[in-house]
Amino acid sequence: MRGDRLRTLVGMLLAGGLVLPFLPLAVWSVAHGWRYPDLLPQDWTGKAWTYALSDSAGVLHSFALTSFIALATTVLAALIGVPAGRALGLYRFRGKGLVTLLLLAPAILPGLAVVFGLHAILLRAGLTGTVTGVILAHLIPVLPYITLVMAAVFARFDTDFEDQARSLGASPLQTFRYVTLPAILPGLLTGALFAFLVSWSQYLLTLAIGGGRVQTLPLVLYGFAASGRNDVTGAIALLYILPGVVILIVSARLITGRGAALAGGLRP
Amino acid sequence: MTRLVVQGLSKRYPGAAAPALDRLDLTIESGTLTALLGPSGCGKTTALKLIAGLLSPDAGDIRLDDASIRDLAPERRGVAMVFQNPLLFPHLTVAGNVGFGLKMRGLGAAEVTARVDAMLAMVQLAGLGHRRPAQLSGGQQQRAALARALVLQPNLLLLDEPLSSLDAGLRDEMRDLIRSLQRETGITTLIVTHDQAEAVALSDRIALLLDGRLAQHAAPQDFYRRPASMAVARFFGGVNFLAGRVEGALFHGPFGVLPLAHAEENGPATLTIRPEAIRLCPGPAAHSATVQDRCFLGTQSRITLDLSGTILQALAPPEAVRTLTPGDKVGVTIPPEALWVLPPNQPHSPDNSTA
Repeated sequence: MRGDRLRTLVGMLLAGGLVLPFLPLAVWSVAHGWRYPDLLPQDWTGKAWTYALSDSAGVLHSFALTSFIALATTVLAALIGVPAGRALGLYRFRGKGLVTLLLLAPAILPGLAVVFGLHAILLRAGLTGTVTGVILAHLIPVLPYITLVMAAVFARFDTDFEDQARSLGASPLQTFRYVTLPAILPGLLTGALFAFLVSWSQYLLTLAIGGGRVQTLPLVLYGFAASGRNDVTGAIALLYILPGVVILIVSARLITGRGAALAGGLRP
Repeated sequence: MTRLVVQGLSKRYPGAAAPALDRLDLTIESGTLTALLGPSGCGKTTALKLIAGLLSPDAGDIRLDDASIRDLAPERRGVAMVFQNPLLFPHLTVAGNVGFGLKMRGLGAAEVTARVDAMLAMVQLAGLGHRRPAQLSGGQQQRAALARALVLQPNLLLLDEPLSSLDAGLRDEMRDLIRSLQRETGITTLIVTHDQAEAVALSDRIALLLDGRLAQHAAPQDFYRRPASMAVARFFGGVNFLAGRVEGALFHGPFGVLPLAHAEENGPATLTIRPEAIRLCPGPAAHSATVQDRCFLGTQSRITLDLSGTILQALAPPEAVRTLTPGDKVGVTIPPEALWVLPPNQPHSPDNSTA
C-alpha cells in the first residue's frame, strides 16, 4: 500500500522533527560531564532530576503556578471569547471590521510594544507583581485566538436549534447547556487548548508585569539557562514542553476526530 | 383544549420599509387544525414565531384561553413549535431528541422513556429510538421532530411548513399523519404553508395572509365559493373576473346578463366565475363562445373561451372536451351558483380577465 507507506514516512519525519531538538535536552538532564567533542556524556546521573523535582528548587511550585495562571487565563478568555465570538460569527453590526481588527491587534503587534503601556495601567491599578495582574496581561495575546476560533464556530452554528429548544420548554440556561454547548464544544476545546499554550509560553509579559515576583516556568527556565546549569535546564525544559506535547496529541485527536495524525503515522 | 386569540399583532423588522405583520386579528377555536396560508414573505412565519415567543411583537396581544402569553418566555407558553427543517439535535439519539422537552421539565428517566416509546410508536418510529438523527430518512426525521413536540402535549402546536422539505410521496403520508394525530390528540394546531392545495386537504379552517394582513379566515371551501377579494380568489386559482353592474339578482356584464343566485346590493361590482362550473355544450345555449385554446392538465382540461371579446377559462373532464379545437363554436351555460360577487370594499381592477 503506497498511501500507507507514505503516511508512515511523513509521520516519522514529523515525529523526528518534533523530537530531535529535544534529544540533547534529554541527554543533558541525565549527563554527568558532557564535553566537546564527546558524542555522549562520560557518565550518567539522576542528580539534575532529583534537584529539579525537589522542593528547594521551586520548579514544582513554579509548574503549579504556571498551570494555574494558564488555566485561569483560559477560563477567563473563554468567558469573554465565547460571547464575543458569537457576536462576530452570527451578527452583522456597524463597526464589525474595526472590532475584528482590534481583537486581532495583539496577535499582530509585537509584545514589547504593548508591554510598557500595559505596565503603566496595571501599576495604577496596583496589580503589578501579582498573579492577578499577570493573568490579566496574558488575556491580551490569548483573547484573539479563542475569539476568532469561536467566531468561526458560531458562523457555522444554526441558531434555529436554540429557538427549537426554547419552544420545547428549555430555559436559556438549559438551552446553552444542552444544545449550544454540545454543538460548540469541539471548537471551544481547540480554542481553549491554544489559549492555554499561549499563556503557558508567555515570557515577556510575565516578566514585565510580574516584576520577577511571579515566577512562572519560562522565567525559572531562563534563570537556570542563563546561569549555565545545562543539566537542570534540560530537566526543566522537558517538564516545560510536557503540556505542549499532551495538547498536541489531544488536539490532533479533536481536529481529526481520531488519533490518525500521530498514532497512524507511527504505526510500523 | 385551548383557544388562541391574536389581536392587532404587528411586527416590523428593523430597517424594513413595510411591516412583516400588520395588525393581525385571528381566533383559532379550541381543537381545530387551522392553516395559516400565504405566499412566501407574507408574514406567516413571523406570526408563528411571535405566537411561539421567539420574536417580540411591536404591538398587539396573544392570548391562550383568555390569558395573555405576550410577555411570557417561549418555554413558559405551553406552545410547541416544529420548524421547517427537522432540527433534530445531532448529538442526541432519536429517543433523546423526542424526550428532550420532558427532560427539561425534570421528569424522571423511567417516565421519559415510557412516554418517548409510546410517542415513537404513534409516529411509526418504534424501535428507531437508539439511532442518531443522521441515520434517519428525511421523512423519519420530520416525524421525529413532530413527535418531539407532540410528546409535550402542548396547549398549542405550531407547525412551520412541515411538509416542504419532503418529496411528493412522503408529503401525502406526513400530511395524513399530522391530520390523524391532530384528530386523535385534539391539540389546537396552527400550520403554516404556502401551498393552498395542502391547506385545503389538511385543515378545518384556513387563515389567508396577504402582504402581512389577514385576507380571509374561513372554511376551505369558502375560499373557492365565496372569496373575500380578488386577491384571495386569484390565490385559489380564480381566473375569471368580470366588471359590471348588479341590479337585484341580475349581473349586467360585458357579454350579457347573468342571473345571480340571490339579490345583491345594486351598483358597480366585480364578479368571479369558478372555471370548473362553466358548462359547455355543442348546441346553442345562454351564451355562445369561440374556443381559443385547449390545454390538457391531467385530470382536467382547460378551455380558453372567447365570449364576444371577453376571455373566460373553463375546466372540464378531458374526455368531454376531447374533440374541441380552436375556432369551434360552443354554447356556454353559467349556472348562478358558479358566480360570486366580490364584496364591494375591494379595489376593483378587473383589468386582465385572462390572468
